[in-house]
Amino acid sequence: MTMGRALSLHLGVLAALLALHFAAPAYHHTNIARIMVLAIYAMGYNIAFGYTGLLSLGHALLFGAGLYGAGLLVYHAGAGAAGAMLAGLLAGGAMALAVGLLALRTSGVAFMIVTLMFAQAGYLTVLYFGAWTRGDEGIVIPQAARAIGSLDLSDDGTRYLVALTLFAAALLGNLALVRSPFGRVMVAMRENEERSRMLGFNPFTVKLAALTVSGLYAGLAGAAYGLMFGYVGASLASVQYSILPLLYVLLGGAGTVLGPFVGALLMFYLIDYASAVTDAHQFVTGAALVLLILFAPKGILGTLRARGARWLP
Amino acid sequence: MSFGPFLLLALMEGLVTAAVLALTASGLSLVFGIMRVVNVAHGAFFMLGAVIAWFVSEWMPGPPALAFAASLIVSPLIVGAIAAMSDTLVLKRLNYEPEATIVATIGLLYILEQAALSLFGPDARPVPAPFSFRLQLPWFGYSGYKLAVIVAAIVLLLGVWLILKHTKAGLVMRATQIDRDTARAFGINVDRVYAGVFAMGAGLAAIAAVLIVPIQQAHYLMGGDPLLLSFIVVIIGGLGSLRGTLVAALLIGLSDGVISTFFAPTLAKIVATLAVALVLVFRPQGLFGNRTA
Repeated sequence: MTMGRALSLHLGVLAALLALHFAAPAYHHTNIARIMVLAIYAMGYNIAFGYTGLLSLGHALLFGAGLYGAGLLVYHAGAGAAGAMLAGLLAGGAMALAVGLLALRTSGVAFMIVTLMFAQAGYLTVLYFGAWTRGDEGIVIPQAARAIGSLDLSDDGTRYLVALTLFAAALLGNLALVRSPFGRVMVAMRENEERSRMLGFNPFTVKLAALTVSGLYAGLAGAAYGLMFGYVGASLASVQYSILPLLYVLLGGAGTVLGPFVGALLMFYLIDYASAVTDAHQFVTGAALVLLILFAPKGILGTLRARGARWLP
Repeated sequence: MSFGPFLLLALMEGLVTAAVLALTASGLSLVFGIMRVVNVAHGAFFMLGAVIAWFVSEWMPGPPALAFAASLIVSPLIVGAIAAMSDTLVLKRLNYEPEATIVATIGLLYILEQAALSLFGPDARPVPAPFSFRLQLPWFGYSGYKLAVIVAAIVLLLGVWLILKHTKAGLVMRATQIDRDTARAFGINVDRVYAGVFAMGAGLAAIAAVLIVPIQQAHYLMGGDPLLLSFIVVIIGGLGSLRGTLVAALLIGLSDGVISTFFAPTLAKIVATLAVALVLVFRPQGLFGNRTA
């Protein structure tokens, strides 16, 4: 019963997004495609932060690994978009694995600072190899290279549908993951690491696996973002992009499958509308962070779940 | 210029960096040591200090030295007040939970940067130095103001040390650091101590910025590098150990001066950030800290 209710909610969201493909005006159509890609990133972040309790401040490194893993292959080696996307996915996962092997020796505040430092080193590395990455200016991926077979990713309609396909796969994968026995062990790590260890689970391997999955999501999102919107630049690997998914997840609800999408959607439009009134959109981000952590640390869906909708996965 | 004088110049530049860094980082270290709060907005407090110094120099008539002296007092006071307010309004309500305070200070960082951008504008603006005296060495001339910065930083740090070790306020702070509940039981108003420490930490960053701004110009994004370097210094020195912070600031400042002069500054920063991450992974107590600190 509960499984059915949760599954139909998520399928319903996907169906609504498909309907929007036909109904949404062009401006929102592009926005939602972008939001879906960012939501994949936030979902990955949520797997580490929301479910496993790993507050990373360096996910931009994983997003950047996917972004540059795909972008550099296409731009310098003339790789196809499909192969590049796969490469970006794997680059994100591999980077997460490497970072995790070192960073997971620490926990708490030290983990946050180590991940922040690694991401900063990654960002500076992108700037340092400006000859290849074109640094801050970034690479504009030529339209001809942004095609999977006959699917032209620079075309609005195709881009939306590809984004939706990736989003659907990520969402259902996330749902399956948190429903699986492994997903429950992840939550157990978040809630009480010592007790989980006593039950025979190795915290290090569980966290490393969760972080790697998180990296796969971030890498895929980075690759898709670069290929779909045709731009690969250092700003997308900066600390700003480590904070964004944290913000989305906090707003939507940490530890909920739909939370990252809800958070990304609301935050994107909040900043969009705020930009129309004032150019102080950083203020909106900052105020949102402070207010959320003060008054609604569980986020929207987390609060709903606490107030009765206990079946929300 | 031959190698010897060139190295001397690099070391002198490094000493200036080290002096300002030591001031900034000791503020961060104080806040972490006593409150166990990792203040991501520390760089924003630094930036505010510089921006306020610019406003004072614009509005204040008379010679630059007068405006500079006024900034040295006004800037840390305003920044300290903002810090104390954010502590009472936000951090206290979060019960100083580590993860929540980090998220909150990130939010604070964005709010302060936006405030500076809106009120001060996106341009870098110079602030005149209080005096322009040039020290003529056999090989090159060197700004006397930079030397004054080094001296001022040493004096201020001595002041901080004296306050911590030899005044009632310092005793109360140290008592709170060691055991906040026992301190409360002895009638210490821990909330006020925390607000004071947070203000003092931010004030130190603001003073450091006032000192550096005649050399560097004020800009709304100037807080990024000091924040990163302060993190590096505080971690290498051992989280919360003030003496370690000072030694590490000297180490990082000098090597930054030398590496930036002889190699690329970006490379220097990559090496430093990676080194820090590895220090935290393999020696979490820092190079100079002990496990209990």
